[in-house]
Amino acid sequence: MTDTAISSHAFEAHHDHAHHDADHKPGFFARWFMSTNHKDIGTLYLIFAIFAGIVGGAISGLMRAELMHPGIQYLGYWYELLHGKGTADEANHLWNVLITAHGLIMVFFMVMPAMIGGFGNWFVPLMIGAPDMAFPRMNNISFWLLVPSMILLFSSPLFGGAGTGWTVYAPLSTQEAGPSTDMAILALHLAGASSILGAINFITTIFNMRAPGMTLHKMPLFVWSVLVTAFLLLLALPVLAAAITMLLTDRNFGTTFFDPRGGGDPILYQHLFWFFGHPEVYIMILPGFGMVSQVIATFSKKPVFGYLGMAYAMVAIGVVGFIVWAHHMFTTGLSVNTKMYFTAATMVIAVPTGIKIFSWIATMWGGSLSFKTPMVWALGFIFMFTVGGVTGVVLANGGVDDNMQDTYYVVAHFHYVLSLGAVFSLFAGFYYWFPKMSGRMYNELLGQLHFWVFFIGVNVMFFPMHFLGLQGMQRRVPDYADALAKWNGVASVGYMIMAVGMIIFFVNLFWSLFAGKKAEDNPWGEGATTLEWTLSSPPPYHQFETLPRID
Amino acid sequence: MFALAMGLAVASVGHAAPAPQAAPATTTAATAPAAAATDPMLEMDGAPRMLPVAGVGQPTPGEWHLQAQATATGERALKFHDYILFPVITVISLFVLALLLIVIARFRRAANPVPSKTAHNTVLEIAWTLIPVIILAAIAAPSIGLLQAQYKAPPANAVTLKAIGNQWYWTYEYPGNGGIELTSNMLKEKGEVSGKDRARTDEDGPRLLATDQRVVLPVGVPIRLITTSNDVIHSWSIPAFWVKLDAVPGRLNETSFTIDKEGVYFGVCSELCGARHGYMPITVEAVSPAVFAAWVKAKGGTMPGSAPAPAIAPAADNGAAAANAAGPVENATAAAPVTNQAATANPAGAGNTGQ
Repeated sequence: MTDTAISSHAFEAHHDHAHHDADHKPGFFARWFMSTNHKDIGTLYLIFAIFAGIVGGAISGLMRAELMHPGIQYLGYWYELLHGKGTADEANHLWNVLITAHGLIMVFFMVMPAMIGGFGNWFVPLMIGAPDMAFPRMNNISFWLLVPSMILLFSSPLFGGAGTGWTVYAPLSTQEAGPSTDMAILALHLAGASSILGAINFITTIFNMRAPGMTLHKMPLFVWSVLVTAFLLLLALPVLAAAITMLLTDRNFGTTFFDPRGGGDPILYQHLFWFFGHPEVYIMILPGFGMVSQVIATFSKKPVFGYLGMAYAMVAIGVVGFIVWAHHMFTTGLSVNTKMYFTAATMVIAVPTGIKIFSWIATMWGGSLSFKTPMVWALGFIFMFTVGGVTGVVLANGGVDDNMQDTYYVVAHFHYVLSLGAVFSLFAGFYYWFPKMSGRMYNELLGQLHFWVFFIGVNVMFFPMHFLGLQGMQRRVPDYADALAKWNGVASVGYMIMAVGMIIFFVNLFWSLFAGKKAEDNPWGEGATTLEWTLSSPPPYHQFETLPRID
Repeated sequence: MFALAMGLAVASVGHAAPAPQAAPATTTAATAPAAAATDPMLEMDGAPRMLPVAGVGQPTPGEWHLQAQATATGERALKFHDYILFPVITVISLFVLALLLIVIARFRRAANPVPSKTAHNTVLEIAWTLIPVIILAAIAAPSIGLLQAQYKAPPANAVTLKAIGNQWYWTYEYPGNGGIELTSNMLKEKGEVSGKDRARTDEDGPRLLATDQRVVLPVGVPIRLITTSNDVIHSWSIPAFWVKLDAVPGRLNETSFTIDKEGVYFGVCSELCGARHGYMPITVEAVSPAVFAAWVKAKGGTMPGSAPAPAIAPAADNGAAAANAAGPVENATAAAPVTNQAATANPAGAGNTGQ
């Protein structure tokens, strides 16, 4: 372990024999385009994720605008802007393109790059006392694979657009004409390859590059969460790659993997997709669990309660996450025994999740809490994730899900765990580590304001979606029965409130980057015990050239 | 509101006091097959006789809860949701919220400047592992029971309805009733319709939910639903029946249910199927078995056990459009044609693909 660290240091040093200064940075192009520095790559990932988040969030704004009132208001106009005059069907297809883009962008280009690529790259090496990632050049290619992937996806609407939903179900996806769906599939291939390389890098780094004395059971929980996530990525993404490769050959080379006319099976695609897709939802939330654990401990001035239980709860969630996939398929004609198994197995996940919720509360119990911005996001996360989690318990019941499958109840559920869960944890992590990454403090007042406006906005937006779903409103439609107008209108107002919150965030971000007051090495005080707070803010370009010892 | 009130009134008496020309419809199938030309589901002017009722089988403005259920399994699932799941998840959410508020109040820095260093409590950790296990087991038991109840092999006297998804309309077959075939398209609004198509009225049902051809099913008789598709995956669902079953090409999915109450029930395609995914609703008109038998006869079909109808090709029919095309007067006075001839203008499977 020590040897690895030393030799990697030697690699870095030979760039410039004249300087052994840890803060010597390469020129702009070499630094940002040929980067091998985990902090720079992490920054690139964060910028990428913020950009994707703006696009994905703007798309949801279009959707909430169209859905604010019954009837079609804007779709035709938007279609005209993009392609010139079109039919109602073409405008409706644009709707499907929007929902597909929103889903794919938020999953693959916002949440995953931010959590794993951004915060994982930045803080896993710092937290385990390593000078960098195990494979710095592979780290670079992981990031740069995402760029062509994003270009493919973002340009696909110009060729008609992929209107298949982020699940890309066959045979809708195999029958859709034009190159757009192929472009979306290739975008997923590239993003998947990027994630697999990243996962290999994280696993190797965490297993081999921990500082002396940093045993697995001493690792900060954020590192644990990234380790579990990396294993999920490594095991789940190849299955997605296989499934979408078969889609591609079905589309272009006459194979019939998913076409019953040639002996194929559309349901097979769903099994393959959700074998990836269910672990994927844990991939999106586990690093958030890790960040929330760090934040709660820091601002409670207490070590995490039940550390081992917390770590192995994440392992359990990861393992069980692989054997519950068909609860996404309760209405596809599964046999009753299969439905019973997936109902029971899905409920099991609530147990380790409950352990985590209660352990966070127990961490705060007896603590000395300060409610800085990262902490209020973490507190919001705990409650919102609980709300999203319990509706998941409702949906886990195969017999109940018959009524809610593919309705807005499901939309509400997964936005509570992702848009309010994962995104709240991202903001908690962002405010928590912003001083460390930038060397400047964020504005506390704007941070608190951002939280409250965003918190109110997303709840006004997503809570009424439960009602819409229970009343039978199906997902993925641009228009709805007039009786559903009230709650759709309320949800759209919620979007506007949320958007104001995001404006506050960006004002805070730019103001703090350029005019924020200088951050101390450890602005959070004695509660912040992990290694990144022993370094300067921002950390030196190369850190831990002498490995720290952990006792 | 007035229209709805009228709807209530008409729906309740509609079949009891039919117009004279349609009289055979309400009597049993044994009488007057010759008069079967008139669709017993339609008024003389071609409008649907059974009117949708607010709060039944369709969403209610501002409502936050599940739709009222019209099947026994739906009722059971609704009770499971209302009396077990909903209270449990509400209590858990409020419990977590209460703990957070207590923690925030009691352990804020001003109230508790010196933190404890407690990081373990084995009893507590076992408790918050085991108590959720017990709660989940308590949920799982009735949940498994519900799944069993939903999967009941339909008896021999069940009526079989085959729903076939198409981009973007439903076709239906009644394989046990002499091969009746229906094509069901969404009714468009006034101003959106083209040609001789009929525009939606409030008697048909709400916007985006009303169809030109309702699926007719008897109450009190088990229904075997079979779904499949001609192109991509669709999903046949009626929230008031607690039924949702994907229609998958190359595959026959089956479920069963029994409708308890007469009425008009609306549902929507619930699997993304392309541009007009939001525009292929499902409408079920649940009627008494006698009326159902008369309807089957009117469509040229047969009831099991009765003599086959005069040899008639599958009555590929689009009742409402047919009545419209033929004109109400002609339809009411026609001298017993053997089938609804105008239906050929809208063959099964054609749908509204050209629109």
